[in-house]
Amino acid sequence: MSMNNQGRPTGVGHSSYAAAEAGSALLPNEPLLFEIGDTEHSGVDLPDVEISTDRLGGYERKTPLDLAGLTEPEAMRHYVRMSRLNHSIDSGMYPLGSCTMKHNPRLNEKMARLPGFSDIHPLQPVSTVQGALELMEELSHWLMTLTNTAAVALTPKAGAHGELLGMMAIKAAQHAAGQSHRTIVLVPESAHGTNPATAAFLGYSVKPIPARPDGTVDVQAVKDALSPEVAAIMLTNPNTCGLFEPQVIEIAQAVHAAGAFFYCDGANFNAIMGVVRPGDLGIDAMHINLHKTFSTPHGGGGPGAGPVVLSAALAPFAPVPFVRKGQNGLALVEHTEAGALGRVTAFQGQMGMYVRALTYMLSHGGDGLAQAAQDAVLNANYIKARLQHAFSVPFGDYPTMHEALFDDSFLAGTGVTTLDFAKALIDEGFHPMTMYFPLVVHGAMLIEPTESESKQTLDRFCDVMEELAADAKAGNKERFTSAPSKAPRRRLDETRAARSPILKWERPVETLKAAE
Amino acid sequence: MRYLPHSDAERAEMLGVIGAANIDALFSAVPAQALKTFDLGLPAHSPEFLVEAHMKALAAKNHAGADGPFFLGAGAYRHHVPATVDHLIQRSEFLTAYTPYQPEISQGTLQMLFEFQTQVAKLTGMDVANASLYDGSTGTAEAVLMARRLTKRSKVVLSGGLHPHYRDVVRAYLKDDADLVCLGASPEGQGDILDHIDEQTAAIVVQTPDFYGHLRNLQAAADAAHARGALLIVVITEIVSLGLLEAPGALGADIVVAEGQSIGNALNFGGPYLGLMATRKEFVRQMPGRLCGETVDAQGQRGFVLTLSTREQHIRREKATSNICTNSGLCALAFSIHMALLGEAGFTRLARLNHANACKLADALAAVPGVELLNSTFFNEMTVRTSQPAVDLIERLAARGILAGVPVSRLEPNDASVDNLIVLAATELTTDRDIATLCAALTEELQ
Repeated sequence: MSMNNQGRPTGVGHSSYAAAEAGSALLPNEPLLFEIGDTEHSGVDLPDVEISTDRLGGYERKTPLDLAGLTEPEAMRHYVRMSRLNHSIDSGMYPLGSCTMKHNPRLNEKMARLPGFSDIHPLQPVSTVQGALELMEELSHWLMTLTNTAAVALTPKAGAHGELLGMMAIKAAQHAAGQSHRTIVLVPESAHGTNPATAAFLGYSVKPIPARPDGTVDVQAVKDALSPEVAAIMLTNPNTCGLFEPQVIEIAQAVHAAGAFFYCDGANFNAIMGVVRPGDLGIDAMHINLHKTFSTPHGGGGPGAGPVVLSAALAPFAPVPFVRKGQNGLALVEHTEAGALGRVTAFQGQMGMYVRALTYMLSHGGDGLAQAAQDAVLNANYIKARLQHAFSVPFGDYPTMHEALFDDSFLAGTGVTTLDFAKALIDEGFHPMTMYFPLVVHGAMLIEPTESESKQTLDRFCDVMEELAADAKAGNKERFTSAPSKAPRRRLDETRAARSPILKWERPVETLKAAE
Repeated sequence: MRYLPHSDAERAEMLGVIGAANIDALFSAVPAQALKTFDLGLPAHSPEFLVEAHMKALAAKNHAGADGPFFLGAGAYRHHVPATVDHLIQRSEFLTAYTPYQPEISQGTLQMLFEFQTQVAKLTGMDVANASLYDGSTGTAEAVLMARRLTKRSKVVLSGGLHPHYRDVVRAYLKDDADLVCLGASPEGQGDILDHIDEQTAAIVVQTPDFYGHLRNLQAAADAAHARGALLIVVITEIVSLGLLEAPGALGADIVVAEGQSIGNALNFGGPYLGLMATRKEFVRQMPGRLCGETVDAQGQRGFVLTLSTREQHIRREKATSNICTNSGLCALAFSIHMALLGEAGFTRLARLNHANACKLADALAAVPGVELLNSTFFNEMTVRTSQPAVDLIERLAARGILAGVPVSRLEPNDASVDNLIVLAATELTTDRDIATLCAALTEELQ
């Protein structure tokens, strides 16, 4: 078989599988599905029934599907080989700030696959899904207890969806109160990108709030920005610099005094679960990423789940559906009066994630969750303590919470960038830390070890970080600019990908000609 | 606690390195009145076998699909998922990987997404597909917003055949919006949308097969929309239908949104599901969600990356096309594996089997006294009018162990004209015996 200059097999069809460039045994180069499969092969046995087209209205398919198929052994090998090109939490540490990449217990997976949870339809009569509703009630109880809030809307599909719902509830509450002139949302500069995107999505104008030199939100700037036009503040706490906002209660009081709401981004709840209740800080709404704090797997980018806890003031504006106690067991409220928020997703939300999260909560108990938060904070502070001499710490005034933040001033004059440094971690077996975020710190490196990492792993990580820092300062620039060299791929040309996007596989031209 | 690696001695040693007297010292920034001033009152940690027993007891209170005859559809479908799919998505390297922002060590996820995008583009007959959205309903709302950006117009018309929950989600996303026109329920499959298109219209939204199972004329809708400079958004809740029905891309669709749950994903009481979105290539920069693209690495080897991220929230912040971040990666993997196992041959057979079983169901239902079949066209789903109100009838059938379909009034409580309507679906899992059991019970209940 011939290969073009990109290492791409130029032949197409079943026979190309054996001849495709195989890579090494442990770092396979797997061809694309469409290069190894064809439209005849299938890994599913189904009867080939005759059908009449009488009831298809003349809309039968005429365009060929052209979907490649694989038999079961071929599919197994294709995907297992592909999987080996991934880093994962089961194979190594993810020191990713703000992502909470913790251990994913397999009991959670087993429970989510019980047919009583996985094989039930969202529109079955509620009399046939009482256990599911009970589970949602129980999860709600845990979430409200951990946050000291009056209500929870379980349905959002992910954190950003939860933010959207929380801000929709604020908008609905203000419209109901004749406050629709409130069109400004305050967002600290250190916020996640989803915060300003959410506010803008709902038609709010976004007013940035600067950070103080110590990395916390400038309370005076918040007070100065408050006006009768402000609808809400969206604040992350602990914030994205890994710091607990020491004046958060004062901020909440000022926001409430101005008639606005306090939306809290709960992405960093792992630092305080069981230790601090956000409701005690004065929040009105906060989403909780079940796929971060409560260990449901990230799955290479979802599915997540982003339930939103709500204060008593916002509880009447929760979206449908929600569970209520009824005359014959639990009931599902699926419709509300005009003016309420309505529905933000077709059905009951991420049931599969609810099962996993509740399993995780029951396993830990209230005591275990608090211990997990404390260990997460302990681990981050341990990393900060071990690395603060070799690295540069932008905000040293407070202990950090569950994340340790460094800037790139330790790399000054080395010619090594934050990106280069992070890529060099790959060659040492670690996923890079979060880079260039939060935006308020130059060349930021944000590290969140989570509670799942042992002291042994933390020590090895810190040893590697120290050694890399020393090597960068010693002038060994090449090691960093050429990294990674031990990964399945070297650095990828992202500019090229964006300039002339190739977003799907196309049959190579020579094959099309041969077919004519 | 089995998930926490530190011993107390290690904790003490680490506090020593930090220079903190105790763990509370690390929480010194927390206002004193907010730090552990409460008793949680939650149960203590629990061994695996006790947690398992608790969860199994909850699961046992639900009637699972496999427990008896099952005819629910209406946006979520019970199909067979090959064992290989669930095994592969539980590979640690897929299950416990993060979003592939570091492409050098994420080629498994990225190559899968590139294959997934190709599969979705081929299925829908569109130029490009994204790397998934949350589900079909939120995808529909995203498509409406995308059409507004593309046309710089604001009026949007939703067909009365659109899933009522999808309509409700679009309503919530476009709150207070006078330019959203939602047409009344059209359970007879009546054409309802062509008269509502004008020069202010950004898009019309047409579902096929529609909520009631009818197959809609997409070409006529596309022609009418395009004649006024509007876009056609096609919604599909049963993706298996594309094994038998023409690709919307071949019939003039501008944006296709679908629920992908049917392939690779269980019912899960409503989630997690999988939003599919595909469009024309000239519209790609207004598309929401992640996109995976092909490129080369520093040594010229083919590789894949997330691309065109200048559309997205982590780069553009308040100017992003959507606030979406986490999507349905693992559900997309399940879809892609199942679709690869099927291939064109298997997918076509699956679609034919679904339609054949639905034809048997339709014929059997039409023969039951007191049941009127409303569909002359359908794929695997249909609507019947019964001589008694549907909600109570469905409850009585459930008490007999039969999950007989979805009463339309559960989704449209303010429209008395739908009180006696039931939407039913058949899939490859529906047996002749299931159909006979249903029809015998219906005959008795409607006497």
